[in-house]
Amino acid sequence: MSLVAIVRQPINPSDILQHVGSEEDGANILFVGVVRNHNDGFPVKGVRYEAYEKMAKSVLEEIVMEARSQFGTDRIATTHRIGNLVIGDVSVAVAVSSHHREQSFLASRFIMEEIKKRLPVWKKEFYVDGREDWTEGLTPPSVLVTEPK
Amino acid sequence: MLFFASYREGVGSGRMDVRLPVGAKVSDLISELHSKGEKFTCLPDSVVVAVNHVYSEPVTTLNDGDEVAFIPPVAGG
Repeated sequence: MSLVAIVRQPINPSDILQHVGSEEDGANILFVGVVRNHNDGFPVKGVRYEAYEKMAKSVLEEIVMEARSQFGTDRIATTHRIGNLVIGDVSVAVAVSSHHREQSFLASRFIMEEIKKRLPVWKKEFYVDGREDWTEGLTPPSVLVTEPK
Repeated sequence: MLFFASYREGVGSGRMDVRLPVGAKVSDLISELHSKGEKFTCLPDSVVVAVNHVYSEPVTTLNDGDEVAFIPPVAGG
């Protein structure tokens, strides 16, 4: 019942929410990540998301499977957009439904935090002053490869 | 090999092939690239690598045809 996708087209959050919910669920949660017009004090005019698409899909599926196992619901939908986005565009959406609100809140938070930590997606910001730069990211919690000295 | 985002820009290419001795490990590949000089200095001494779409360890043995991706710090969301 879970939906997992990496997409290039605009995300409609209400479509994502439609994928969850059931008669036995009393708590439907929708998180929507949106491109904002500033970062670290600098005005931003747009961003570009790049992904290792095959791996991103499998990592996102892995994250959702972990959420299903930890929080006891399989009503989960999550989509991450890649490509060029402008201010106000939706970059990511996570919808979860479960019997009670605690599981829905916890599962959606877990999925977003894990996306931040290990989804192979990168973001380049384009600033109003003409500069552009890759957003400083997080190192995935895998074993680091260190070259012998 | 696949290079993404800042690594792709640093290396100057998103994809290239490499020949390694039979039994070579991920750590051997890193050493090989660093020995090639300036082009690969954008890859830090410690770099995250995925083999065939799975985050992998330095001791992972590589096989013919493996897809090795160099993963910069991630920034999705």
